Amino acid sequence: MVGEETSDEERAELRETLGLMDPIHIQFTRFVINASQGEFGISYQLRRPVSELIVERLPATIELVVISALIALVSGTLLGVYTGINRKGFLSDIILAVSLLGVSLPTFVIGILFIYLFAVILGILPSFGRGEVVDLGFWTTGFLTISGLKAIILPSVTLSLFQMTYIIRLVRAEMMEILQTDYIKFARARGIDEKSIKYKHALKNGLIPVITIAGINIGTLIAFSIITETVFQWPGMGFLFIQAVQFVDIPIMSAYLVFIAFVFVMINFIVDILYYFIDPRIRVKGDSASG
Amino acid sequence: MQVDNNSLTTWGRIKDSDIYHNFIKSPTAIVSSVILFIIFFCSFFVELITPYNPFDPSSLSLMDAFTPPSWTEEGLAKFILGTDGQGRDMLSTILYGSRISLIVGFSAIIFSLVLGVGLGLTAGFFGGKYEMIVMRLTDVQLTVPSILMALLVDGIARGLISREMHDDMAIYVLIFAIGISEWPQFARVSRAATLVEKNKDYVSASTIIGVSNLIIMFKHILPNILRPVLVIGTIGLALAIIAESTLSFLGVGVPPTTPSLGTLIRLGNDFLFSGEWWITFFPAIFLVILAFSINLLGDWMRDTLNPKLKK
Amino acid sequence: MSFLKINNLSVDYQMRKETVYAAKNVNIEVNKGEILGLVGESGSGKSTVGNAIINLIDEPGKVSGGSVVLGDLNIHENSESIVKYRGNKIGLIFQDPQTSLNPILTIGEQLIETIQTHLKLSKEEAKNKSVNLLKEVGIKDAEKRFDNYPHQFSGGMRQRVVISLALCCEPELLIADEPTTALDVSIQSQILELIKKLTKERNLAVILITHDMGVIAETTDRVAVMKSGDLVEVGITKDILTNPQKNYTKSLVSSVPPTNKKISRFVIIDNENKDNKLNNIKILNRWQKREIKIQDLVQVKNLSKSFDDNFFSESSKNSVMAVNDVSFEIKEGETFGLVGESGSGKSTIAKIIVNLFKPSSGDIFFDEVCITKIKQKSELMKFRKQIQMIFQDPYSSLNSRLKVKDIITEPIKLHNPNISNSDLNSYIFDLLESVELNQKSADRYPHEFSGGQRQRISIARALATQPRLLVCDEPTSALDVSIQAQILNLLKDLQEQLNLTILFISHDLPVVRQMCDRIGVLKDGKLCEVTNTEVLFVKPHHEYTKELLRLMPKIESIYE
Repeated sequence: MVGEETSDEERAELRETLGLMDPIHIQFTRFVINASQGEFGISYQLRRPVSELIVERLPATIELVVISALIALVSGTLLGVYTGINRKGFLSDIILAVSLLGVSLPTFVIGILFIYLFAVILGILPSFGRGEVVDLGFWTTGFLTISGLKAIILPSVTLSLFQMTYIIRLVRAEMMEILQTDYIKFARARGIDEKSIKYKHALKNGLIPVITIAGINIGTLIAFSIITETVFQWPGMGFLFIQAVQFVDIPIMSAYLVFIAFVFVMINFIVDILYYFIDPRIRVKGDSASG
Repeated sequence: MQVDNNSLTTWGRIKDSDIYHNFIKSPTAIVSSVILFIIFFCSFFVELITPYNPFDPSSLSLMDAFTPPSWTEEGLAKFILGTDGQGRDMLSTILYGSRISLIVGFSAIIFSLVLGVGLGLTAGFFGGKYEMIVMRLTDVQLTVPSILMALLVDGIARGLISREMHDDMAIYVLIFAIGISEWPQFARVSRAATLVEKNKDYVSASTIIGVSNLIIMFKHILPNILRPVLVIGTIGLALAIIAESTLSFLGVGVPPTTPSLGTLIRLGNDFLFSGEWWITFFPAIFLVILAFSINLLGDWMRDTLNPKLKK
Repeated sequence: MSFLKINNLSVDYQMRKETVYAAKNVNIEVNKGEILGLVGESGSGKSTVGNAIINLIDEPGKVSGGSVVLGDLNIHENSESIVKYRGNKIGLIFQDPQTSLNPILTIGEQLIETIQTHLKLSKEEAKNKSVNLLKEVGIKDAEKRFDNYPHQFSGGMRQRVVISLALCCEPELLIADEPTTALDVSIQSQILELIKKLTKERNLAVILITHDMGVIAETTDRVAVMKSGDLVEVGITKDILTNPQKNYTKSLVSSVPPTNKKISRFVIIDNENKDNKLNNIKILNRWQKREIKIQDLVQVKNLSKSFDDNFFSESSKNSVMAVNDVSFEIKEGETFGLVGESGSGKSTIAKIIVNLFKPSSGDIFFDEVCITKIKQKSELMKFRKQIQMIFQDPYSSLNSRLKVKDIITEPIKLHNPNISNSDLNSYIFDLLESVELNQKSADRYPHEFSGGQRQRISIARALATQPRLLVCDEPTSALDVSIQAQILNLLKDLQEQLNLTILFISHDLPVVRQMCDRIGVLKDGKLCEVTNTEVLFVKPHHEYTKELLRLMPKIESIYE
């Protein structure tokens, strides 16, 4: 909102209205009080209340992240389990090679390649935006229109690829380690069916760390949505944030960070609760080593 | 058990080691090392390799702009990979860019390695409240995705430094931003390894002899925890290079005056829709080959050096 | 006609450089109602044979020849068919009960699944069977504990659960691979009794794999001795132990420390270290040999140590008393033994004496100076020089990144920074020769040595500062019995010639009897009694000592 042609008086006046002349600690206290009420001030650049901007952009990011998380978790876990169990198959080798390539492909490169292939050459999918959205009053969704659904395909696949390959490798390593343990060997010695060993004994143990992965995964997806949203000009919070960084638009930056912090705390909380229900070693404590 | 030919030289030991045998038996390890060697060599000695200096305005001619790669109909033999909008030779531009990317990547990873191993080693060794604080910090930092951390640091730096200064400082800010976002991995791995080593009896033996903590940490423990650190470091280098290019692509990294691979891809991206695909395609493919080779090597190292290492 | 016949069984491992035979043409027969002991030192291939019977060999090993006949079934006909005999005809028990059970399934789920794999029973019937079985192996409240997870059981109880799992489908052959090695003496005897009882009641054929000759003597009917993949000899346990035919068996038996008498040195039949005489201790001329005064070198006074279980716990309620008000003295020139089971606090006391831990309360006096309260570093260094330690694990006690030369140089240079290079080198050579290693060893790395040789390097390092007190924390419990005999002989020689005072810590009563002049018995951090070795073994005073002596496996029991 401060361009090259803005005069010095105007700048000073603006500083005054934005409260930038006050001492740091007063600014900070004011920020905390306002933030707790969902009030983050006015964007320097867009001259609109930040809370309004966030509410407007939130649905786009949430829809993108949720779809990507589902793709990454489901296919990542499945492929990870498959390659962990079938260690020496042709298909496993292919999956692993591709996954290593996936870790080496920056998200924005994948996005550019997809746009070039599906939008420029084939012309079957849109290269930017959310398509038509339906306003539900409190939420705008792209899930209810054909163009909205088409628009989310490329960004969500792009966003999920890196995480997916990461999950494949983690789950695979976990499965391989579990298959080497004594209790799996003992189960084999008891003649337990190989299917049950792999898909009951090993898989159950192998999936425990996936919960943590899932938690971190969602956090990472939100962060990486910044890149995807930039590449696909997706009107979400990440796109808003990156513009804010370039223009040093502090109210938006701080609001975004508060939002991210809130999401991370929630995720950690949910992960801890899930652990409690899934891992008996945490759930059933107390009388260990009694008699 | 005892080996009889004990007069082995260092080279003899290397040749006899399992690591060496694993290496010459692994085509991926050899191929990726060769590719990396070529890339490193060409990037750091780029002046000797290419006849063009893309950053010398006098050697550029707008007449050459948008020349497609040499194998296409309109291509020119002197520009193997074509030229960009200002008539710069793509191949030389990529190699100059690659040098910037590698310098940033290496500096960032060395920065985070020193910081992370330093904190992890001391935390694991001294324990107590100090360890708790370091590990809390690590946990918090780990949950913040690296790219977000880097963006944040860059954002703060932009707030603190004036715009003109920023372009000069950009590369240092970038190294710091990426380095600060990668150290927790090193801290975690080196702390875990230190805890294992610290409880081994050779450390107790040194303590009983009267060796000081400092010497125990650096002479005894440090060499024993370097293997996992090396693996993390290699994979981290790929991540750092990707992070650098991502930030540059987002426009918050290296400025266009001295473009890195990411900057080149961003600049070329604008021409994608108008059909000049090579301007963005070649830097992108170069970046992927670079990252892929490092990851292949890192993957091989992880399997060979410490098969038990997770994450 | 024997029930189990193993004919010419071979297992090999395809390694980078060569093919290694883990077992070669092994022939063993086992009858029903009989326990066959399979004994050997590490690398003898005894576990390999056990696993090969059910074709459960880890990659890259494989069964390369031979047959296994069970009753009239050739179960090795093809590798697929073997799977259906696992658990059904043959049960297997592994060494470590801590890792043998799936942590996230209840023991009931694991039992029912195993039973239903092999027997056509409904869930209800399988549960009844499981509960009865748990009762049979001695688990109280079986109905309740059926729904517990493995981590809710103690080590001994877990091994009972493992046994019940191995037996739940009525196998006729039971293979127990070091089933009590991870357990304390008192639990060990219970588990062995249980296996003996089940063998009789169920008319099982049992193969008991172990390295412990005492266990062999007390538990088995016949014994097979293995060495480097070869079967050395098989026979009635009593015959083999009292009248071994082969040289290897002779040396094995003579290396076992007797429990009923004290011998001055172990007889080494092995031809590797041919000299069976006192060895020439070269560092003697450098040693400032002290006259032994009749005095207490070490006085431990009301020593206590607690570890906080959890850093975050609000109170000290959770803190565990590892050592609880322990007092004793060590006279100059004697070997004082501390014995106890795991968790008795014996290693903690050792670590406090060498100043690795600070005591929570109480003091230690060395040569009449209180060393637990020393603040000054230079003052502490004087005592560091005089008190050295040898550790249990020969692998972790040497820094694998340093050459032997550098390992031994460290203490010498630290306490004598002005030593000349030539003097340093000759000192290193003298130290190495004193522990019966050659001079070439100096330029090698620890991984080039065997466990016993590493322990010698460890001793050389400890002697480098010319200590008066040598603390030995289970110095031989990670070693094979023949190597143990050599190391114990070495320690005896060194002590005699250098006038060392030794604190010898062990869980192994027969070893303690051979090494120590006086012994303290520890239980749960408390000292039960301190007395002369012979008095302790002949007329123990404390109930716990009596219990320990009764339960320890005795090789001599074979004569009874």
